[in-house]
Amino acid sequence: MSEVKKIATRESYGNALKALGEENPNVLVLDADLAGATKTGVFKKAFPERFFDCGIAECNMMSIAAGVATTGKIPFCSSFAMFAAGRAFEQVRNAVGYPHLNVKIGATHAGISVGEDGATHQCNEDIALMRTIPGMVIINPADDVEARAAVKAAAEYVGPVYLRFGRMAVPVFNDEETYKFEIGKGIVLREGKDVTIVATGLCVNSAMEAAEKLAADGISAEVINIHTIKPLDEELVLASAKKTGKVVTVEEHSVIGGLGSAVCDVLSEKHPTPVKKLGINDTYCESGPAAKLVEKYRLDGTGVYEQIKEFL
Amino acid sequence: MTKLELQKTANEVRKSIVTAVHSAKSGHPGGSLSAADVFTYLYFEELNIDPKDPKKADRDRFVLSKGHTAPGLYAALAERGFFPKEDMTTLRHIGSHLQGHPCMQHTPGLDMSSGSLGQGISAAVGMALSAKTFGDSYRVYTLLGDGELQEGQVWEAAMFASAKKLDNLCVIVDNNNLQIDGTIEEVNSPYPIPEKFEAFGFHTISIDGHDFDQLKSAFDEAKTIKGQPVVIIMKTIKGKGVSFMENNASWHGSAPNDEQYAAAMAELEKAGEALCQK
Repeated sequence: MSEVKKIATRESYGNALKALGEENPNVLVLDADLAGATKTGVFKKAFPERFFDCGIAECNMMSIAAGVATTGKIPFCSSFAMFAAGRAFEQVRNAVGYPHLNVKIGATHAGISVGEDGATHQCNEDIALMRTIPGMVIINPADDVEARAAVKAAAEYVGPVYLRFGRMAVPVFNDEETYKFEIGKGIVLREGKDVTIVATGLCVNSAMEAAEKLAADGISAEVINIHTIKPLDEELVLASAKKTGKVVTVEEHSVIGGLGSAVCDVLSEKHPTPVKKLGINDTYCESGPAAKLVEKYRLDGTGVYEQIKEFL
Repeated sequence: MTKLELQKTANEVRKSIVTAVHSAKSGHPGGSLSAADVFTYLYFEELNIDPKDPKKADRDRFVLSKGHTAPGLYAALAERGFFPKEDMTTLRHIGSHLQGHPCMQHTPGLDMSSGSLGQGISAAVGMALSAKTFGDSYRVYTLLGDGELQEGQVWEAAMFASAKKLDNLCVIVDNNNLQIDGTIEEVNSPYPIPEKFEAFGFHTISIDGHDFDQLKSAFDEAKTIKGQPVVIIMKTIKGKGVSFMENNASWHGSAPNDEQYAAAMAELEKAGEALCQK
């Protein structure tokens, strides 16, 4: 078997922005002194006249993006998730969300896979924060193919979108030729009957690995990739929960307010089902190599497998 | 408009402000009245706008960064014909398009939602940046409070506007010297204001914000400045036009009762009559 190709979704973001810039002259990109890291630098190189560095001032950048959007142009603005969703939360809420402006927030370095920079830069709260904003679309792609498709879809959609990307290179498992992205539509990657695993972002790959291991134990797991956390594909989650009777959610995010909470919100109202939420358990994490951290916090294939076994 | 006509119009705007805030039983009369003259000048003289086509693409933009003085902006918009003046008595009522702070989706003529201080100037910078980037000729104006200058984001926006040479941006500061907790020096002094903006790369103009001749010369001068943004710092009187509200911080965010409303309106009527006899 050939080695699986690995690409960080932030790389996909930069490449997709460049492609978008070629297609759409109304796209403008803002960054806050992190163009090299967020990969908006790829767009900057191709379209310097449509790229603006706001410097280390994320709140200003977010409100500037809102102003740009009122003029009918499509601003993508980027920083690390910690600063885009965290520091500039109120700007996103009041300047972007409240007037429902066509701003695309490309937040990179989300979750613990930031790695060595440690807890101050590991944003495990952004999905929770963004979910509370009425009308905000939240997309957390799982691999390169999905991330590039998500950027294109976000640009075509009219309204605010929060795109969540990672720093660490992750396996590319979607097939470019057949892959179809639709905002708000989850994807069943593997059918099963004993338990449903609902995952997002880099945890989708871990969920697939866990499902393989479960199969070896005679447990049939259904794996759903939820790239769009808001609006959530409620129908798909409900149908699977009704079929399997048990649900596990997996995300590189706090178990408070993220995908797990979104799934619980739907199930508790419409079809109460036992749920185990896997993610970061109400704690600050730490410095270390990204892959080791994912392992330590039990979000790799083995960690997810073991935690599901404990649950079942 | 002649200076006298502008003065009469501003007096109507003031009546509308007091009426709206009285009807709402809440709101911000002090800072609305201090800016009534500049609102009038902007909407009747300066801005390229069309009440019949509020969203026309080449219109000049205005962002009320000090969003709590929405009654003043609404009064000018109504006076200019963007919506019926009768709507002013629905301010802050359930179902009204006149929200407590500007909401661009509801009120005709609004270019941006605002109210969280420090953000409006950034949004205006975004509009000016877009115009520069895509070769559009409209200009962008934004009005800030002097207390608002305490928000760090104002200076982030100022730094960016000057770094990107946004000479299509005109920032206006309503320097009425009062904020909720007292005078701006008592609370956390932003003085000296012109020097601060100058240090941030702005062309600065200081005027009396109640003198229409000075307003005209300031806005005319602003349009001649190339390669840097402009700030017009207006010395004003909080509560201007209603004597018991003037220079009194307690009228920052409270509404007149029925008796006070009658007294305020009588004073403004009288001022209007005096202007008519000129």
